[in-house]
Amino acid sequence: MSIDLGMPSSGVAFVPQLAEGSPALGRKDYTSDQDVRWCPGCGDYAILAAMQGFLPELGLRKENIVFISGIGCSSRFPYYLDTYGLHSIHGRAPTFATGLATAREDLSVWVITGDGDALSIGGNHLIHALRRNVNIKILLFNNEIYGLTKGQYSPTSRAGTITKSSPLGSLDAPFTPVSVALGAEATFVARTMDSERKHLTEVLHAAAAHRGAALVEIYQNCPIFNDGAFDVLKDKDEAAARILWLKDGEEVATGDRVAVRADDGSIQVVPRAEASPTRIVRHSVDTEHPSSAFALSRLTSDGLLAHVPMGVFRDVSRPTYDDMVRGQVSAAVEAAGGPATDADLAALLAGRDTWTVGG
Amino acid sequence: MAHTAIGSPRAGDHHMSKPVQQLDRVVIRFAGDSGDGMQLTGDRFTSDAAFHGNDLSTLPNFPAEIRAPQGTIHGVSSFQLHIADHDVLTPGDAPDVLVAMNPAALKANLADLPRGATIIVDTDEFSRRNLAKVGYAASPLDDGSLESYHVHALPLTSITVDALAEHPLTRKDKERAKNMFALGLLSWLYTRPTSTTERFILSKFARKPDLLAANVAALRAGFAFGETTEDFAHTYQVAAASMPDGTYRNITGNVALSYGLVAAAHQAGLRLVLGSYPITPASDILHTLSGLKRFDVTTMQAEDEIAGVGIAIGASFGGALGVTTTSGPGLALKAEAIGLAVSLELPLVVVNVQRGGPSTGLPTKTEQADLLQAMFGRNGESPVAIVAPQSPTDCFDAAIEACRIATAYRTPVILLSDGYLANGSEPWKVPVPAELPALDVTFTTEPNGVDASGSPVFQPYLRDPETLARPWAIPGTPGLEHRIGGIEKADVTGNISYDPDNHELMTKLRAGKIAKVADTIPGLEVDDPDGDARVLVIGWGSTYGPIRQAARSARLTGHRVATTHLRHLNPFPLNTGEVLRRYERVIMPEMNLGQCAMLLRAAYLVDVQSHTAVRGLPFKASELAEIIRTAVDGLEATK
Repeated sequence: MSIDLGMPSSGVAFVPQLAEGSPALGRKDYTSDQDVRWCPGCGDYAILAAMQGFLPELGLRKENIVFISGIGCSSRFPYYLDTYGLHSIHGRAPTFATGLATAREDLSVWVITGDGDALSIGGNHLIHALRRNVNIKILLFNNEIYGLTKGQYSPTSRAGTITKSSPLGSLDAPFTPVSVALGAEATFVARTMDSERKHLTEVLHAAAAHRGAALVEIYQNCPIFNDGAFDVLKDKDEAAARILWLKDGEEVATGDRVAVRADDGSIQVVPRAEASPTRIVRHSVDTEHPSSAFALSRLTSDGLLAHVPMGVFRDVSRPTYDDMVRGQVSAAVEAAGGPATDADLAALLAGRDTWTVGG
Repeated sequence: MAHTAIGSPRAGDHHMSKPVQQLDRVVIRFAGDSGDGMQLTGDRFTSDAAFHGNDLSTLPNFPAEIRAPQGTIHGVSSFQLHIADHDVLTPGDAPDVLVAMNPAALKANLADLPRGATIIVDTDEFSRRNLAKVGYAASPLDDGSLESYHVHALPLTSITVDALAEHPLTRKDKERAKNMFALGLLSWLYTRPTSTTERFILSKFARKPDLLAANVAALRAGFAFGETTEDFAHTYQVAAASMPDGTYRNITGNVALSYGLVAAAHQAGLRLVLGSYPITPASDILHTLSGLKRFDVTTMQAEDEIAGVGIAIGASFGGALGVTTTSGPGLALKAEAIGLAVSLELPLVVVNVQRGGPSTGLPTKTEQADLLQAMFGRNGESPVAIVAPQSPTDCFDAAIEACRIATAYRTPVILLSDGYLANGSEPWKVPVPAELPALDVTFTTEPNGVDASGSPVFQPYLRDPETLARPWAIPGTPGLEHRIGGIEKADVTGNISYDPDNHELMTKLRAGKIAKVADTIPGLEVDDPDGDARVLVIGWGSTYGPIRQAARSARLTGHRVATTHLRHLNPFPLNTGEVLRRYERVIMPEMNLGQCAMLLRAAYLVDVQSHTAVRGLPFKASELAEIIRTAVDGLEATK
């Protein structure tokens, strides 16, 4: 369980709320005047709609919300939200977000990225933002393909994917984004899906409430270059057999199958009748040790989607980088008696070894 | 002039016991192994000289390896300082005195010494093994090869160890104090009190009383040795220089630059946010600023160079003064993000402490070869303002100027320092905060336009007609929510636009905005005491000192020459073309292969002649004086 370190506990602790009595905001207030330009049928539309419905529910002043993206189809997202937004450069969104979130504690900062942006060109920034635990929410739209450059394989494409740049099949072993995030010491990791509006909204609420870096993988369909990649999770019957809805404190199960801990440390999904009761996995989001969450994340590492955990894998409390950076600065300012004056600056410039000419 | 004299009583009592010879200037070089503490020794002598009221200039020169193999040529670290009773412009062309702590230090530096120079060597290190390491078949102390020099061959190590006989230290620790012994000896030789160094030792070793006592004892022993040995017939005195009234301190370029950034943020009322990745020779700025949290300075050591600049831009978007610091290879990595800042039109200061290139190049040596990278090293038409300091102390003012341009014009500014300025030091008349430039920054808080239906709206790319700068509206400001990015934006509204005419307009507006910076910078000032020079020497950055010194020396031999110096490299001052065209011959010394000369030729169609050197070291004034004399004589001959 988390320990109270005297640090704020909510991800939006310092973000101003709407004034009491002021009219509630709605979807329209969060919709910009720009025409949305994704391909018809793109999963991004559903995520945008969910976001525009979710943001008013936070009850924050919208001028204190910032969306920062990199490059790719998903990275156009900020243009369509009537908040502050920064459409940056490929892979680097977490760096801009880190600078902004650290300089400004009163902002709710969201990063919109894709599988290429976050895991290929931007892999370095992603893992460092997560391990530092900067209070930013990273939404990784995973469609397992490069869309904006017209259909090359991505770092999450299944091995053997045939694309324009891999006519004989891709040879790269893919990343499992949730595993990467857990390995990068992330304090909050979740997975959801474009077509699961209610679940998506719940996960966004949990991410917003988390103080620290949150990585939310969103399975997202690209109807042009990788159509149907997640269809087996959208068919009602198939989904019932494949999706393991993660609920804190409850068994990890789907249909008549249940997750059990195997001798080799992995988690396997077996018919309930064959499961030893002592080995059944009961989900706990705030377990400090990440190994159970990691074992769960490996269920999708073969890309076959036979069993797919959905929900919050991990949600633990650790002091955030930005809070601590601000803490060091404010402690130094306080210890020196308040904001620096001209006299303080003069003392700095003079240093300790001066000599005087004339006078 | 007066200075607070806190002389060590020992120095005061005894330094008159041998005749004192007055010198107007002296150049001393301390050289030894990387681990011998030569940089510290040089630093301390510098502080003492500064405290004594001399004008001075320093040149540290050290290998990139932290501890190269002992006793080898490539492990030699040196520190040169030039002290004088008049104003000093360079660290000196050639040392008058070389302190060589081992054969490698002697061998590596001997070629720089004029005949008649003084050499002090530690004979304890002149073992057969150490001599062999650097290829000496016989000891140069014995074979007569040093007969044109004044050689003082002294067993510095063993005298130090003897002097510390009573101290409870290992032999190795005692030997390590030999740099303090050498410093004490030099302090005696140049009649300096040892008090400031003693104070320094007191604070440095406050928690290690044994080392504290040993270092003070070694320092005093060196001083006493000078008095008693017959090796030195007299001592020297370099009187205090006459400088304008004021309070002075000694400061390196990197520290001055750091303070300039802090002062600029203070003047602008902005929080300073530094995103940086450690790189030689820029890291000291990160170190310095990370200790200044009391001034509301936030420093973040990023995962790489790109993240460093990304953090700075993100902070600027949020209303801070975003700064990133680096050296050449790091600037290459930051290029794309700087291009984004050009497009976003947000303030950003990029400090590039140039070093030898390409690639890793010469990490600890100086060069000016990143000018064209700063000008053009991004995709597309991507203009940024460029400012270059001309001396270590000028790094302070140049940093403020960079911040002024960045905030006033909402643009990236590249501040081109270099390794020589970064590590070199000189006395600095400490500025008074009230006299610093005011940097007025206002954030936009109200809508600045109306939409088609007449409702008030915020137009993020509606420009100030004076500066062409766009409004800076920061998150948290109600009603001004807007999106910016690296895709081309429509004029005024900032919406995404692929319109051909709009792109042309925006490209020209971005270029025009940088050109407008020239309206607020001073014109080039020409130094031409004779008033009728036909040759102009123009420089930029750290060549200022050698050029001015060379001109002085050329004028002493009757060669009339004018000099001028560029502080702004983009845009150039408005009168640059007019100044260049006034002279029959224009010479530009640069530590590259002619980069600024190329820009001047292209901009003004003037036949600027390059004089270049890329040896990792600053120009020697004597070398430039010869260039000037040759040019002046050549013109006179064709009259």
